[in-house]
Amino acid sequence: MEQRTSRDYALWSIAILLVVVFALIPVLWLISISLKPPEALADQRFIPSSVSFDNYKSLFEGGVSDSPFIKPLINSIGIALITTTISIVLASFCAYAIARLEFPGKRLILAGALAIAMFPPISTVGPLFDMWRALHLYDTWLGLIIPYLTFSLPLAIYVLVAFFREIPWDLEQAAQVDGATPFQAFTKVIVPLAAPGVFTAAILVFIFCWNDFLFAISLTSSDASRTVPAALAFFTGESSFTAPTGSIAAAAVVVTVPIIVFVLIFQRRIVAGLTAGAVKG
Amino acid sequence: MEAKTGAPGKNSSRTRSERKLAWMLCAPAVVAMLLVTAYPIAYAVVLSLQNVDLRFPDENSFAGLSNYTTVLTSSLWWTDIFNTVFLMVTTVAIELVLGMAIALVMHRAIFGRGVVRTSVLIPYGIITVVAAFAWQFAFAPETGFVNNLPLISDNMDWFGGRFSSFAVIIMAEVWKTTPFMALLLLAGLVTIDDQLYEAARVDGATAWQRFTRITLPLMKPAILVALLFRTLDAFRVFDTIFIMTRGALDTESVSILGYNQLISRLNLGLGSAVSVLIFLCVFLIAFVFVRGFGAKLDEGRPGG
Repeated sequence: MEQRTSRDYALWSIAILLVVVFALIPVLWLISISLKPPEALADQRFIPSSVSFDNYKSLFEGGVSDSPFIKPLINSIGIALITTTISIVLASFCAYAIARLEFPGKRLILAGALAIAMFPPISTVGPLFDMWRALHLYDTWLGLIIPYLTFSLPLAIYVLVAFFREIPWDLEQAAQVDGATPFQAFTKVIVPLAAPGVFTAAILVFIFCWNDFLFAISLTSSDASRTVPAALAFFTGESSFTAPTGSIAAAAVVVTVPIIVFVLIFQRRIVAGLTAGAVKG
Repeated sequence: MEAKTGAPGKNSSRTRSERKLAWMLCAPAVVAMLLVTAYPIAYAVVLSLQNVDLRFPDENSFAGLSNYTTVLTSSLWWTDIFNTVFLMVTTVAIELVLGMAIALVMHRAIFGRGVVRTSVLIPYGIITVVAAFAWQFAFAPETGFVNNLPLISDNMDWFGGRFSSFAVIIMAEVWKTTPFMALLLLAGLVTIDDQLYEAARVDGATAWQRFTRITLPLMKPAILVALLFRTLDAFRVFDTIFIMTRGALDTESVSILGYNQLISRLNLGLGSAVSVLIFLCVFLIAFVFVRGFGAKLDEGRPGG
């Protein structure tokens, strides 16, 4: 082992500090603008000189019907949760088959999933726009859930296959030898072992849906189904004379902070999920 | 336990039922994946061969390849291709260097690895549109703090020119996606046997030599896969440009062009031709990576 000198510590401290600053600055900056009162918006200061919560109040004023933000927030949460649930159920079936059963076409499914992960979503926007209008799916929750499902499944399948391959499936039989029914063996042994992987895949799929912008602005036209990223792009100020900067920043903070807290709590899982299958194990 | 394929005798009926079960389990996911990819791309090809403008619904007619010739002979398409490729190459190159540096810090730091990993995940959790707004507000001459920094002119109008807009777009994209690159590279980094470094050190190799002679060659597969996924992702750049410039001042990417034709101008025929061409570009990039550089896709994974 090399000697660790104080110079080493100093150099590593600088490196770590740089990474932390790099990651945090935009977030702190958004919080800063969201707290600035309108007259201080143009002060060009990174740290606000006075703090006001007016931007947050105006987001929620008027309740669901009048607030520009509450309905998109409900849409974002609802659409992401429904997609995540369906995606994880379908992907779990598929990943179980790929990880545990032997059948022709297994590699084809994995290759197809990979191809879809690389597919440019813009290429499907035009046809979907046309089809959704004919099928009355345009500007509905289902109209967004369907494409999100398609594009999140490859991610979910890959993460779940990587996790399911690590599960010691023999334990299921061992439990049955010990007198457990097949159902007990599955629920008491396999489900607890699979849960962390399923949960990880769910987080990644949720973040994927939460982040989408292209489908959200192309396939919606009103607050009936517009999600937060799309609503932010069409935000207008309180009156036509005020820029929506403060409101956008406040809304951005509201949708960002919970996700960051969540990501930080489950960081080990997320890192494992993001890199699952990246290296042959 | 894995069953053997094509096992003879009493196993064959079991194998057959296993196949059937496997297909039943996979079918819903496969159908859901094809529903919004295979069918729409086929439909896009059909649309691209017609004159379909939703503003003039009665004037639909067969167009042959005229939509394609219109796109391919327009200077807008080639400007947008240049913009997209320029942004793609610069972002991915910066990300590779930065991502590698962060991966090395996460792997080798003598303390504080947890802090680095924690902070690196923050950009990953943030909506791309939100990140784009954060950087836009930071650089906007009226509200931003950037022009207040030393060495930067107080009146610099970042969004007043093409390449200064690109600089901000690249910064936002790099910030948002470097963590993913760093984590993929870290996953490759941890598989390298530490003894190789020890041996090289005994033989007197410098830190730089150890990096270029051991780390880089052994990480080639991981690097190629990370590059492939990030390159394809960067080629699709849309959110950041839409928020920052809406494609003004010649900063449009091909995805923005497609969106403008399809959704803003409702010209489904011309827009679909753009969509199909983008699809072919993505296919070409993937082909170059797999055939040209030998990226092994079965070691890869879909991007987050």
